[in-house]
Amino acid sequence: MNEPAFRPPRSLALPFDPLLLLATVGIMICSLAAIGASTESNAFVNRQAMFFAVGFVAMIAISRFDYTRTRELKYGLYGLSIVLIFATWAFGGVTRGSRRAIQLPFFEVQTSELVKVLLILVLSAVVVDRARDLGSRQTTARIMLLALIPAALVMLQPDLGGALVYVMTGVAVLFVAGVPWYRLAVLAGLGAAAIAFVLAVGPAVGVSVLQDYQLERLTSFLHPSDVQGDAGYQQNQSLIAVGAGQRTGRGELSSQTNLSFLPETHTDFIFAVVGERWGFVGAAFILTLYALLLWRGLRILTISKNLYGALIAGAIVAMILFQLFVNVGMNIGIMPITGLPLPLLSYGGSSVLTTLIALGLLQSIYAQGRAAAATKGRVLTM
Amino acid sequence: MVDPVADRRPPITPQLALRVAVFGGIALVLFAVIFFRLWYLQVLSGDQYLAEANDNRVRELRIQAPRGEIVDRNGRVLVTNRRAIVVQLDPAKLPEAERDLAATWGQRAGQRAARPKGRRGEEVPIPPIPDPVLEARYERLAEVLGTSANAIHRTVIRQLAQVPYADVRVKTDVPRSMLNYISERKAQFPGVRVEQVYLRQYPRDQIAAQLLGTVGEISPAQLRKKRYRDVTQGTIIGQDGLEYEYDNYLRGKDGLRRVQVDALGRPKGNLREVDPTAGREVKLSLDVRLQKTAQDALGEVGGGKPGAAVALDPRNGEVLAMASYPSFDPAVFTKPLTQAQYDKLVSDENGAPIFNRAIGSAYPTASTFKIVTAMAALETGTRSADEVINDGGVFKLGEQEFKNAGDAVNGAIDLRKAMEVSSDVYFYQLGAKLNNLRGQVLQTWARKLGIGRRTGIDLPGEFRGLVPDKEWRRDLAQEERSCRRKKKISQTANVYVAAAAGCGISDMRPWSAGDNVNLSVGQGDLQATPLQLATAYTTLANGGRRLKPHLGLEINDSQGRAIQRIESEGTTKVDFDPANRQAIMDGLKLAASGPSGTSTDVFKGWPHDRYPVYGKTGTAERQPKADQSWYAAYVPDERKPIVVVATVEEGGFGADTAAPIARQMLSQWFFGEAGEVVRGESRSR
Repeated sequence: MNEPAFRPPRSLALPFDPLLLLATVGIMICSLAAIGASTESNAFVNRQAMFFAVGFVAMIAISRFDYTRTRELKYGLYGLSIVLIFATWAFGGVTRGSRRAIQLPFFEVQTSELVKVLLILVLSAVVVDRARDLGSRQTTARIMLLALIPAALVMLQPDLGGALVYVMTGVAVLFVAGVPWYRLAVLAGLGAAAIAFVLAVGPAVGVSVLQDYQLERLTSFLHPSDVQGDAGYQQNQSLIAVGAGQRTGRGELSSQTNLSFLPETHTDFIFAVVGERWGFVGAAFILTLYALLLWRGLRILTISKNLYGALIAGAIVAMILFQLFVNVGMNIGIMPITGLPLPLLSYGGSSVLTTLIALGLLQSIYAQGRAAAATKGRVLTM
Repeated sequence: MVDPVADRRPPITPQLALRVAVFGGIALVLFAVIFFRLWYLQVLSGDQYLAEANDNRVRELRIQAPRGEIVDRNGRVLVTNRRAIVVQLDPAKLPEAERDLAATWGQRAGQRAARPKGRRGEEVPIPPIPDPVLEARYERLAEVLGTSANAIHRTVIRQLAQVPYADVRVKTDVPRSMLNYISERKAQFPGVRVEQVYLRQYPRDQIAAQLLGTVGEISPAQLRKKRYRDVTQGTIIGQDGLEYEYDNYLRGKDGLRRVQVDALGRPKGNLREVDPTAGREVKLSLDVRLQKTAQDALGEVGGGKPGAAVALDPRNGEVLAMASYPSFDPAVFTKPLTQAQYDKLVSDENGAPIFNRAIGSAYPTASTFKIVTAMAALETGTRSADEVINDGGVFKLGEQEFKNAGDAVNGAIDLRKAMEVSSDVYFYQLGAKLNNLRGQVLQTWARKLGIGRRTGIDLPGEFRGLVPDKEWRRDLAQEERSCRRKKKISQTANVYVAAAAGCGISDMRPWSAGDNVNLSVGQGDLQATPLQLATAYTTLANGGRRLKPHLGLEINDSQGRAIQRIESEGTTKVDFDPANRQAIMDGLKLAASGPSGTSTDVFKGWPHDRYPVYGKTGTAERQPKADQSWYAAYVPDERKPIVVVATVEEGGFGADTAAPIARQMLSQWFFGEAGEVVRGESRSR
C-alpha cells in the first residue's frame, strides 16, 4: 500500500476552531467570576487563573501536535493510568476521608482526573485496532473490561464520580465506533442491573458496594427535605440558592452563598452560586456556552481525518456532557450528589488541566481534519 | 507503524451520521431537562425559595422589656428589676424521649401529690437520661456550668413537667463571659441559649409578698385569651397577685432585633431593631412602713401563729396595709423552684406562707360582728339603743343555753354598755328576735355592710365567705342526702358515721333560731375574710358607703411621673339612720376607752382625745382548734382616718393578740412608730 505523498503543514500555521475557543475562554471567564463571588478571599480566583494559564498553554501545545501519534502509545498510556491510580493509593493524602490526590509542591494532582483523558485515548486506540471486528462480542467485552479495571480501582479511593466517567467513556467509544445497537442494549441492561444491585438489592442482603454516606448521597435527592444528614442538607440549600436567584439573580445579596448556607461553593456547588447570584439569565448563559462547546465537539467528530480522532472527539464530548449533567443536575436537585466537578467552571487544578488537555485534543483533531481536507480533499477512500 | 487502512475512513458514513445525530439528540434532551428544571426552580417557584433563603438568614431575637416597678404610696420601691444572665434550654431542641420522660414523670409526681399526706409513699424517682447523645450534650454543658449532667437532666425534667412550652432555665446568674463562650460555640451547644433577662427583685424582702404575685412566660392557653391578644409568645406576664391584676400596665412591650446569621448561626449584622418599651410603674395605696409594722406585729405578737391584718382608708377604700403571716421572700420565684421550696410555700404545717389570708381565708369573726347585729336590730326597731335589758349571764332558747364568755354577768345594760363589755346575752336575744322577722334581716345587714360577699378588691383569688341562712342550710342538707344516696349510706345514720363513709357534709338539720343566735355574736357557720370585716367597719365609719377596696393608686411612666389615676369605682350606698350609727359608734368607743371596755387596757396611754379609737375585740371559737383572736378598729382623723382589722388564728382572746397588733399599726400610722406591745386582760369573747 502506498502512502500518498503527504506533507504535514507547519504546526504553528494550523487553524483553531474559533467557536470552540470562544466557548472555552467564555467558560473560563465565567469560572473566575463565579469563584470570585463564592469565596471571600481572592486566593481561589488567583489559583484558578493560574491553572487556566497552565492548562491553556497545554491546550495550545497539544492542539499543534497530531493526536494520531498517541495511538502507538496506547499500552504505555494504559499502564501509566493504572500506575497513577496505584500511586495515589500509595502516596496520596487523605482529604475528607478519601484518598484521591498526590501532593506535589505546588498543587495536588487528582490522578483520577488525568486518567479520564488518558483512558479516552487508550480506548479509542483499541477500538481502532479492532475496527474490522467491531460487531464481535469480544470487542465490546474488551473495551468495557479496560474501562472497568480503572473504574473499580478509583471506586476504592473512593471516587464514585470518576469511576462512572470511565464507564461512560467506554460506552461512548463503542457507541461512536458503531457497535451494533443490541450490544449497547445489553450493556444498558447490565448497567441497570448493576445500579439496582448497588442501591437496592445489595444493602438488603448485606453486601454493601458503597459506603453508607455514598448511598445516602445517591438517594437523598429523591427526598432532600426528609434526609437529616449532610447530603439532604446540601441538596436543600442548593435548591434554595438556585431558586432564590429567580430570573435575574440576587447579586450582592446572595445570602445562601455569602453566609455559607451553600456548601462547597467554589467546587461542587459552583453552579448554584451562579444560579443564585445571576439567576436564570446567568445560568442559561453558562449553559449556552457549554452547548456551544459540545456542539463544536460533535462537529469536530464529523470532520476528523480518521476514526481515531472521531472516537476521541466523541468520548470527550460524552465525558464533558456527562459531568455537566451530573453536576448541574445535583445542583438543581435532579441528580444525586456524586462529587463530580463541573468541567472548567469548578475550582480545581486537575479537573481544569484534564478538561483543557481534552479540549486541546479536540482542537488538534479539528486542525488535523482541516489540514487533511485542504491537502487531499475528502475523496480518498479505503 | 499505524496501520493506514484502519486509520483512514470515509469522510462520514451514514452510520456515523446516525450515531452523531442520536448523540446530539441525547445532549439536547439533557439540556432541555436542565432548562425546564431551572425554569421551574427560578421562575415558577422563585418566590418560595427566596422566602426560604430569607428564613435561613434572618433570626428574630426578642429584647425583653423591663417590667414596670411597683411602689408604695410614697414611692418606695416594692418590686423592681435586675439584669441577670441565664442559661436556658430550648425544649424544641431536646429529643422527644426526654420530653416524653418529663410528661410521664410529671403525671406520676402529680398523682403522688394528690394522695393525702402520709400515704404518698416514695418520691417518684427521675429516670436516667434516655439518650447517650443527650447525655454527652448535658455533660458538655455541665462542664461549662460547673454542675453535672444528671443535675441538668433533673432540672429539665422538673421544669418541663411544670411548663412544657417554656425554655428550661438551667442556671441563673452566670458571668457574662459564659454568654460569649457559649454564643461562640453554638454548634457544640445545640438548643442552649444564654440570654440577658430581667428578673424581678424585691428590695423589701418579705414585705407584701402575697400581694405582689409572680411573673412567668405566657402559656399557650393564656395566649388564646382575649386579655392577652396583643401579647406574643415568649412574653413574660404577671401570673398572680398585683403582677397579674396590673399586667397590662406593668408589662411593657418587648423589642425585636432582626439579625442576619450565617449557616452556623453566627450573627452577621443587625437588620432592624425595635426598641423595647418599658412597662409602666404602678403606685399602690399601700404604705410600706405600716405594712411592715403589720407584718412584724403579726409575727411578734401572734407568737408564730398564722394571721392577717388589713388597714383601709375609710374615705375611699384605699388599702393602706394588707398583711398575711407567715410570709416568704418572693424572690424564690425568680429562680426555678425546687420541690422542697414549693412544699415549704404551700404546706399547712408551715402555715402556707404563699396564701394571702386577708382575702383568701374566712373565719367566724366573733364579737366584731356585733356591729351588724346592732345595726339590724336598730334599723328594724327590734330594740332601741337606749333600752336597758338585764344580762344575767345566760340566754335560754328552749332547751338550749347560751352563756356569756367566762360566765360573766353584766346586769342592766343598754346597747352602748353591751358593746363596751361585749355582752353576748344582749346580742343572743337580738339574734333570736331577728330570726322571727321576715326576710332574715341579720343576714341581709351582714351583706349590706360587706360581709359574705366579695369586696371586689384588685387582687385575684378573693374568697366569697359565707353568711349562713335558711337557704344555705337547706342546700347543704340536700347535698348530704344525694351524697348518701350515691354512696349508699343510710339517710338516718349519724353524721360521724356518714363522714367516715365519705359524706357527712351536714347533719341535715334545718335552719333554727339557734343558728341565728350563734350568728348574732359572729360564731357558728359565719365565714368572713379579714378584708370583709374591714369593709364592714368602713361602711359603718363613713356613714354608709360600702367601698370597693383597692391597692392600685396610680399608673406612672417609668420615670415615676403620674399619667393615670386608678379611680375607685363600685361604691354602694347603704342607708341607715345616722342616730343608729352614732349609737353603735359610741359603743365601739367605750369598748376601746370606756371604764370597762374590752380593749381599754390595750390602749392605755393612747391619746384618745386626739385620736379616739372605736374598736371591738373578738374571740372566735373554732373547735377543735384554739380560739381565734380578732380586733377591728376605726380611728377618725381629718387627714388620715383609718380602719384596721387584725386576726391571729389560735391567738386566744381578742385583747390578748389581735388588739395589740392593731394598736401597733395605729401607732405606726399616726406617730410613725409601732411602740411597745400592750396586751389586754379582757377575757370576753
